[in-house]
Amino acid sequence: MSSTKRKTPVVIYSSLMLLLIGISVVSLFTGVQDISIRDIFQLTEVQKLVLVTTRIPRTISLILAGSTLAVSGLLMQQLTQNKFVSPTTAGTMASARLGIVVAMIYFSHTTLSQKTGVAFLFSLLGTFVFTLFIRTVKNKKAVMIPLVGLMFGNIVNSLSTYLAVQYEIVQNASSWMQGNFALISSNNYQLLFLSVPLFLIIYLLAHYFTIMGLGKDVSTELGIPYALLELIGITVVSLATSAIILTVGSIPFVGIVIPNLVSLSKGDHFGKILFPTAFFGALFLLFSDILSRTLIFPYEIPISLIIGVVGSVLFLFLLLRGESQ
Amino acid sequence: MMEVENLTKSYGETIVVDNVSLSIEKGKLTACIGPNGAGKSTLLEMISRLISQDTGQIYIDGNEVKTWKRGEFAKRLSVLKQTNQMNVRLTVRELVSFGRFPYTKGRLNAHCHEVIDNSLNYLGLIDLQKRYIDTLSGGQLQRALIAMVLCQDTDYILLDEPLNNLDMSFGVQMMSTLRRLVDELGKTVITVVHDINFAASYADNIIAMKDGKLFASGSTDDMITKSVLDDLYGMDVEIIESKGTKYCLYYT
Amino acid sequence: MKRTKNNLIFVMLMSSIILFVYLYLTVNTRGHFAFAFRLRSQRIIPFFLVGFSSTVATIVFQTMTQNVILTPNIIGLDSLYILLQTVVFFFFGLNHILVTNHHVNFIVSLLLMIGGSMGLFWLFFKKYPGKIYLMLMTGLILGTFFSSFTNFLQVLIDPNDFESLFARTIASFNRVDVTLVTISLVITIPILFYLFKQSATLDILHLGRAYALSLGIQVDQYFLKLFILVSVLTAVSTALVGPVSFLGFIGANISYRLFKTYRHSILFLGGSLISVFFILSGQMLVEHVFKLQTTLGVIIQFAGGIYFLIILLKERTN
Repeated sequence: MSSTKRKTPVVIYSSLMLLLIGISVVSLFTGVQDISIRDIFQLTEVQKLVLVTTRIPRTISLILAGSTLAVSGLLMQQLTQNKFVSPTTAGTMASARLGIVVAMIYFSHTTLSQKTGVAFLFSLLGTFVFTLFIRTVKNKKAVMIPLVGLMFGNIVNSLSTYLAVQYEIVQNASSWMQGNFALISSNNYQLLFLSVPLFLIIYLLAHYFTIMGLGKDVSTELGIPYALLELIGITVVSLATSAIILTVGSIPFVGIVIPNLVSLSKGDHFGKILFPTAFFGALFLLFSDILSRTLIFPYEIPISLIIGVVGSVLFLFLLLRGESQ
Repeated sequence: MMEVENLTKSYGETIVVDNVSLSIEKGKLTACIGPNGAGKSTLLEMISRLISQDTGQIYIDGNEVKTWKRGEFAKRLSVLKQTNQMNVRLTVRELVSFGRFPYTKGRLNAHCHEVIDNSLNYLGLIDLQKRYIDTLSGGQLQRALIAMVLCQDTDYILLDEPLNNLDMSFGVQMMSTLRRLVDELGKTVITVVHDINFAASYADNIIAMKDGKLFASGSTDDMITKSVLDDLYGMDVEIIESKGTKYCLYYT
Repeated sequence: MKRTKNNLIFVMLMSSIILFVYLYLTVNTRGHFAFAFRLRSQRIIPFFLVGFSSTVATIVFQTMTQNVILTPNIIGLDSLYILLQTVVFFFFGLNHILVTNHHVNFIVSLLLMIGGSMGLFWLFFKKYPGKIYLMLMTGLILGTFFSSFTNFLQVLIDPNDFESLFARTIASFNRVDVTLVTISLVITIPILFYLFKQSATLDILHLGRAYALSLGIQVDQYFLKLFILVSVLTAVSTALVGPVSFLGFIGANISYRLFKTYRHSILFLGGSLISVFFILSGQMLVEHVFKLQTTLGVIIQFAGGIYFLIILLKERTN
């Protein structure tokens, strides 16, 4: 009995791993510069260059960004005990965006990492404002929280727009913020590796986060330093979101749709669905990116648009599904 | 006289109220009892038209309730739900005056003020009438809501677990208020209660529900018996009598 | 006590509005009094129209959703309007009739926004009656989607053309077409009048769905009707001057705090007057202090955004 129980995940995981590798390979060999998998041992100089400077970085960023976004969403849902909270619906993305606009205006000559710093501070602040607020409404009207969060995001966005208008960088800022992997290359994607240590932190604290999903009272009773861990959680999410938004732009919905779909089949145990969530997040981005590269080949549709369409459909599906039960 | 015929309600696959037929005597206090999830609240909500039934009919004094316009229906039957929080700053008097809405659509006349005064008086709320409802205790808010329902001046008053969150003394107060509504004002009161001893002491008739079906109904005397209650709750209930009233002991 | 205090507030509001209207019409005319007077007096009616429509719509909407921080635009009307302007611009260019003719643009925008929201309402009131948050959520998601599509197109637009497109997507009273005011009035006045008449019924909605039903209100049908009216009011304001969601938000929330009452009749009038006052003073800032370098929409967004954050934080301390 127990042996079959243990065996199934191994089979599933290894086949899923194969799927991820397979789709990564497809991602590597998709693009304007024709590189076939058969040429792998006899690449020309150009092909080698393309592979090393753009294709590989792009595929790696997709995997990192996808898993990080999905896990960030999951963590936020765990911390707020609300299924529909994510970096998009809690103002994190919007605040990071405001940070970028501020950085573009006031610190225009700084390096990327300094811009990340500013974006990070803003997203941290924004997320905190929202979590503080959420704590008081938690029990009263859970359904309204994501609405208020998106509203909050819209408002922060309008502040960004206001600033952008004043300094005539609207279009510039918009193109910064549009989620797009087309411009990823070997010398501008390193920031995304920040998510590796962050993911490690989440993994190490997963046990605590699992219990925190039951609420503050239960956690405190079980001796968990709730406030501290909440702070750590929010910090991690803000950092990861800032890194992604600075490198590839804003990508909506992944943080909501993926964790919810995963928990539909695997339940809500944080520790247990952490890896599947990361995994499907990566898969989802890889897949959407391949679509964005092939739909109007040889041109590209920004991935944020593809995910906007797919994500909103999936999100509505989740909402309406939850309702009809 | 209220009659319910073949009432059914289901959510998806789950049948919450299953083909229930019963009649409720006018001018009496009827208690609806049963284990959790028996469908008591759903039945009450259907009778008060808060939700619509899948099949079946409800007649009040011989008329199908669906044929009434909602505005007219509100003059015949009022309902008090479990106090969900109301995040609006209203004084007690303002809350109670809302009960006149079916008659005046918000423009209060002299008669209305008279009715409001009487209701406040009847529930001992005159001193509290200027207080904001968010400063009231659970028992006071419950009383204010009853005053509002009383202001609505209906023959039938339905209550969904009015004793929730009330301590013993407020519970007793509430049940004796309901008793007075029946005895002094001739109202027909139907209430869902959890504590069978409250039903045993104050109700004229009892309806027992189990698993969405009508389990039994009849006068309190007939219903508060070991055979009925043992089956209804699936536990060993002992009935003792003191000063002419029956009490149920169910702690083992 | 409360009544006299509220009456005092009304008197003060009215007199400051009269004063500001006078100032608006006469200050700094640079010797061309007749010209300035004619130009400016044409804008007074739109000020009132937009102030009343957006505030009344917001208050009704907030009562229905029992939430003081939402605005009717949450269902994505703004985003739809901006998307329409962007799409027209992108695909048909600067000289298309939809860009050059204000009347055509107004009618098309209005029909699209009203049609879109009606579609949403019908769908949800048919399939999921009583599930308002679900409907709002869907509208919001659609709005987010419209925005990302708009964003996509805007990045592709020539930076020189972009300026003139962007100007259209931000609320401004400087470019109100006076000939559209009459039709806007014909649409909004009956709705505003009806909603004022409904004040007492709206008061009851504060008690929640169950009590409203018990007191004889056909809640579901009533909500559908209110949602439609609210969206028409919002659509008219938006098509006339651009997205002004925060205006109603500011008016509504200040009136809750100022009048401390649940009565819609007082809130409607008070909130609308506050909004009108805000528009007047904002427009004077735009014209005389910023010398038309910015538009009222930007000021409203900025002030509204900050006010929203304050309320969000205050909500917590309460």
